Amino acid sequence: MPGLEDLYREIILDHYRNPRNRGELESPPALRAEGFNPLCGDEVVIYLAMGGDVITDLKIAGQGCSISQSSASMMSAAVKGKTLAQARSTIRAFRAMMSLHGQALDGHGDGASGGGGTGAVGPEEDERTGAEVAAAEGVSLGDLEALQGVVKFPVRIKCATLSWHTLAQALDEAEKGAGPD
Amino acid sequence: MALNDFGPPLDVARIKKDFPILDRVVHGKRLVYLDSASSAQKPLPVLDAMQRYYETTHANVHRGVYQIAQEATELYEGARAKVAAFIGAAAPAEVVFTKNATEAVNLVAYTWGRANLGTTDAMVTSEIEHHANFVPWLQLHQEKGTELRFLPLGEDGTLDLDQLDQLLDGAKLLAVTAASNVLGTLPPVRLLADAAHAAGALVLVDGAQYVPHLPTDVREMGADFVAFTGHKMLGPTGIGALWGRRELLESMPPFLTGGEMIRDVRLDGFTTNDVPWKFEAGTPPIAEAVGLGAAVDYLNGLGMSAVRAHEQALTAYAMRALKERYGDDISIHGPPPGSERAGIVSFAYKDVHAHDLSQVLDQAGVCVRAGHHCAKPLMRRLGVTATARASFSVYNDEADVDVLVDAIGQADALFG
Repeated sequence: MPGLEDLYREIILDHYRNPRNRGELESPPALRAEGFNPLCGDEVVIYLAMGGDVITDLKIAGQGCSISQSSASMMSAAVKGKTLAQARSTIRAFRAMMSLHGQALDGHGDGASGGGGTGAVGPEEDERTGAEVAAAEGVSLGDLEALQGVVKFPVRIKCATLSWHTLAQALDEAEKGAGPD
Repeated sequence: MALNDFGPPLDVARIKKDFPILDRVVHGKRLVYLDSASSAQKPLPVLDAMQRYYETTHANVHRGVYQIAQEATELYEGARAKVAAFIGAAAPAEVVFTKNATEAVNLVAYTWGRANLGTTDAMVTSEIEHHANFVPWLQLHQEKGTELRFLPLGEDGTLDLDQLDQLLDGAKLLAVTAASNVLGTLPPVRLLADAAHAAGALVLVDGAQYVPHLPTDVREMGADFVAFTGHKMLGPTGIGALWGRRELLESMPPFLTGGEMIRDVRLDGFTTNDVPWKFEAGTPPIAEAVGLGAAVDYLNGLGMSAVRAHEQALTAYAMRALKERYGDDISIHGPPPGSERAGIVSFAYKDVHAHDLSQVLDQAGVCVRAGHHCAKPLMRRLGVTATARASFSVYNDEADVDVLVDAIGQADALFG
């Protein structure tokens, strides 16, 4: 549709129609985190199964628009089988791609429930692109790069980032659970 | 009902000319504004009144003895009188200007509510309330343990009143909407108010979606409090009103405190001003009151019966047109069109998410709300997280509805 090509890329619609890693895991032992988009009511639930510091399985439940659902689907594909550190790196790369700088998305801040802004700007503002951050961190955004067009639709950025905020929360839990050993 | 029962029908082509924003073009398309339940657009007389006020008359109210301060006060109090007459209040003193309907409900919850509702008390609200008429009571429940009871949503989009008397038994307040912002449902407020009063409860009505669209007589409603807001009735943002029966307002403790609401202050205490100023701490939104007064004049010029007849007919047209075009691919929440439905149509198209549908409609210049409409308990009850919502005002016509109906199908290109 004219005007919406950048938003609704074919690969996004594919992930929306055929979401990867959709479902639930028994919790416990799986970690469970939920996120809400206060603007539109979208909900996402992430189940995370850890083996040491590796995400051995990950399932996504909840309801939402094509952008939030496809972003969650692509995210699940990108971080499943990866280590906690790699998942954090992917979050940072995605955050840069969404032009969200600072602490909003890395799991050590709370950008998820903020007001109308498109993301907090932290002290160490990072102007690198998502691809640059991904390269520097040694991870690949892959299909996720299709979500770049969302930046032109500021209202929808929160749709795209909902599952990432929720993943960050789940990773925080995973790190807490890993204990000090 | 014959048209002449309502006075002359609305001349929407002429009305549209009063709303400069409707000349806007977005994405190369004429703006079709179908989100008046969120906030209505403003006609020139409202914009002009506010501009003129600032250009010629602005000064603080109730303070200066000089000419323009006197005039500003007269304009501000004149707006109050207009609003009071518009809703059938016994006196202007019964109209308290607030920031919006939300603040009006909170005013009652914080003053009357905290003075009268305790641990052993109960109150009744409904499953279809906007958060503004729900969360203040939930907060009271959490703070003081007041029991909260709910009138349930019936199968047909109206309130299920089967248990009304049991729910009201022993309750001290019924807080209910006069028009659902999601379903368009118009609950039978008078019947509810009579039942509540018979049970010894007071009645607060959320009139945010009612007062702008239907002829309103607060005394005929049987209400004790009515909350509503200016920006949904063609007025500016930043001003709303609480109507309350005078003796109730007089009996209530103040809400926000500071300047204006005071009669006397000593180092060890204060006494409050008369109503309504007792509840209007600080410099009020004067220009906004002037704008709201002009909006009331504008609506009176159209005639509220004619406004209601127009919006009721347009709602029926929209529901019919959506069903004729899309059949079972469209589902519409709420009661059937008619006297029990306001000009609000929440709908779903196939399994296209409301956000995506709204994005597609935006490309056609159509503004609809997509989301939970600040009524999450109701959305959960309906089993959805979001709906798309078209809502109508005096400047909408069948051509606007036709653009909406045509545009919905364009979602198929992406989500079909």
